[in-house]
Amino acid sequence: MNQMMTMAVDSGGLAPQPTMTPDEALVEAHRCLMCWDAPCTRACPTSIDVPGFIKRIAHHDLIGSARTILKSNILGGSCARVCPTEVLCAGACVLNDLHERPIDIGRLQAFATDAVVFGDVDLFASQEPTGHSVGIVGAGPAGLSCGAELAKLGHDVVLYDANDEPGGLNTYGVANYKMDKATALREVEFVKGLGVKIRSSTAIGSDVSIEELFSDHEALFVGVGLGSVPLLGLEGEDLDGAGDALDFIADVRGGQVDLSGESVVVIGGGNTAIDAVSQASRLGADRVHLAYRRGRDEMKAYPHDIERALMSGVEFIHWVAPLRIEGAGSVSALVCERTEYTSNGDLVAVPESEFRIPATMVLRATGQEKRIGFFDQLEGVETDEGGRVVVDDGFRTGNPRIWAGGDCVNGGREVVDAVAHGRAAAVSIDESLRSGAAGK
Amino acid sequence: MADLSVNICGIESPNPFWLASAPPTNTGDQIARAFDAGWGGAVWKTLGVPVENVYSRYSSVDLNGQRMMGFNNIELITDRSLEDNLIEIEEVKRRYPDNVVVVSLMVDSNPEAWDTIIKQVEQAGADAIELNFGCPHGMSERGMGSAVGQVPEYTCDITGWAKASATVPVFVKLTPNITDITVAARAAKDGGADAVSLINTINSITGVDLDSFVPRPVVGDMSSHGGYCGPAVKPIALNMVAAIAADPYTEDLPISGIGGIATWQDVAEYILLGATNIQVCTAVMHYGYRIVEDMHEGLSNYLDSKGMTSVEELRGLSVNKVTDWQNLDINYVIKATIDQDKCINCGLCYIACFDGAHQAISAERTADDKTKVAIIDDLCVGCNLCSLVCPVQGCITMEERDLGQTHMTWSEYLSDDRPGELYPRPKHGLTIGKA
Repeated sequence: MNQMMTMAVDSGGLAPQPTMTPDEALVEAHRCLMCWDAPCTRACPTSIDVPGFIKRIAHHDLIGSARTILKSNILGGSCARVCPTEVLCAGACVLNDLHERPIDIGRLQAFATDAVVFGDVDLFASQEPTGHSVGIVGAGPAGLSCGAELAKLGHDVVLYDANDEPGGLNTYGVANYKMDKATALREVEFVKGLGVKIRSSTAIGSDVSIEELFSDHEALFVGVGLGSVPLLGLEGEDLDGAGDALDFIADVRGGQVDLSGESVVVIGGGNTAIDAVSQASRLGADRVHLAYRRGRDEMKAYPHDIERALMSGVEFIHWVAPLRIEGAGSVSALVCERTEYTSNGDLVAVPESEFRIPATMVLRATGQEKRIGFFDQLEGVETDEGGRVVVDDGFRTGNPRIWAGGDCVNGGREVVDAVAHGRAAAVSIDESLRSGAAGK
Repeated sequence: MADLSVNICGIESPNPFWLASAPPTNTGDQIARAFDAGWGGAVWKTLGVPVENVYSRYSSVDLNGQRMMGFNNIELITDRSLEDNLIEIEEVKRRYPDNVVVVSLMVDSNPEAWDTIIKQVEQAGADAIELNFGCPHGMSERGMGSAVGQVPEYTCDITGWAKASATVPVFVKLTPNITDITVAARAAKDGGADAVSLINTINSITGVDLDSFVPRPVVGDMSSHGGYCGPAVKPIALNMVAAIAADPYTEDLPISGIGGIATWQDVAEYILLGATNIQVCTAVMHYGYRIVEDMHEGLSNYLDSKGMTSVEELRGLSVNKVTDWQNLDINYVIKATIDQDKCINCGLCYIACFDGAHQAISAERTADDKTKVAIIDDLCVGCNLCSLVCPVQGCITMEERDLGQTHMTWSEYLSDDRPGELYPRPKHGLTIGKA
């Protein structure tokens, strides 16, 4: 109910949910049963002690609460906002089985971490410098997590990022209604406060060579994520108004966007597609369609996000494949054909089923490409058949001086998964540095 | 529809719900509103020697988000003039002839002082007087309140003075700040009391301001112990009410039950343990006079459901169900049973039993990553703890095991003539220090 009201009144679709008031947080914290061997903690990829941090909120120890969260997940502030809690911690909450609303763990976590992440609180005592140096390629969630853990352990850490601003998808790729850009950047500042250095607008290869990285650092962590959404090879993809859904989300994060008068079609059925349609709808587009080649059940997007998109007024068109984009200079329609399964399970086009969806914008959200070209430059680093970097349990690649984590390793999952990778890699890197195994 | 009216030492009250002598009964205006809301009677805030109160007066204890689970006050008796109070008593009685107005009194310990004020309040129309021998703060330092209630001889003597002066019934309000309430109740009876009211508040410090280090309520840079009441004290009060009701010496002494009453269930429990009526303060200070509406309906519905037509039928039915421990059946066997269909896998029963009781619950992860708990029957002593911590209604139940064992009390067990065998007890410990 509150959530819906918040959505209805948010400013042009740009405002995320407000944080809890202290009273709100206290009431919610007291609802927590404090389960033993809590399923919420087990459901968290970073194993945050959820009852532990909630109990500290209830007992008026916000600093202790934030420390409980951030020692497991240094990006606990952004994960509080962007995590699909409905399928992770809150989804595992035992109160679901009491036919009650689960604990609003995400918003409690934001409440607890904001005071620290946005404040001037020193949570973690800095260690003696070890003299070791680690280079991190990519200042997204995986890199920030890895860098933060290493810095806490006393290592010198430099993050290199090609974008103008650090934060990766947290800064550029999250829908505004989940987390605004300022919050993402504040969290990066918090990580910098732990001692990591960030060099933005620094592309590996052109601005800094791989050789330089190896000479400056004993170990490297690569968290470069995924690339853009590749062209579909359709006629008309060069028209004005046709583009990559991720670019659209990044543009929205850049400032005020007014979509009134626009008709938006997003092609795809995953989380990016859902974010794009929900965002477009909240920015005032006249009509927003999601076009997906299969049925609702097969969409990769989370059910709660699908529900939110539907409630935002998005129209779903299932069992369609794009044929071409029409327009003179700019987009006027997406032409599709119907699809269906054959009896042996192949998805095929229905003959003579072509139809037009009038549109002024057509966005593709059909999966990001892997950065195979980048990894080909790194000796000893292997990728699997899906283009994912192959790592061991400690997230070390085939090159003993290179670790990797995040979307480039798992093919594209949640921020919290990237954070977990970064932290695990940091543990492995630290061990390796201290034992001398990764020396220059 | 059951009859809710009660008669306590000759006073007819339209229902058993009275307001205790406290801030909610400070003025005639308030009492008039309370009677309009449905309260059957009110004990006027204590009249007596002139006092001035401090400003900061109350503090409370919250528990897991529940406000005022316990409540504490350092307010003294009325700081309004006796003349004003007498005028208002007269007016309230004129307007509400069917409601009961009891006036609480506290004056210096001499018969003349008591005689004077009793005559004044009787003149004003009080239906009864209540001797405040319970207030544990401020007034007790001046030799009144609990300073009287803590000494049986004083209680007896002053009750006697009041009885000598009064033509209306005399209630004696007892302090719980003693070791054995029956001694105080007997003293009141010996002095001629027509009824006792209990409990007054319990000496307390509710907490400390962790920044200024001054206990609450903060009065400048100091505090003082106060009187504790509210839901937290109900169990203590129930035990004292039951003790007086069960004491053969005082079993006929009517009891006006006080302490943490907020709902009809609370009222029913007091009456079951022997109270004739009850008095409420903290719950009204929390929610207002309107709470009496629920009490009316709830108690009435409850009596109907039990096939009872009056409150009197309910009174005292639990008194003989309280006994000394040595009279309990040590062969009464119960064991916990978990309804796995209702279990939400929170694991609270497991950890409570494992760390806090008798290690009689196992926990394991199921294939779908849930915490599955199970009772280890051989180790279960039937202590009830798991059923108390379980957040799901009816999930953990305590079930009686009738294994043909013989009823046997501790006294019988110790005797030479045991009626049967002791049913086997679960064995615990013996892993640490075992060779």
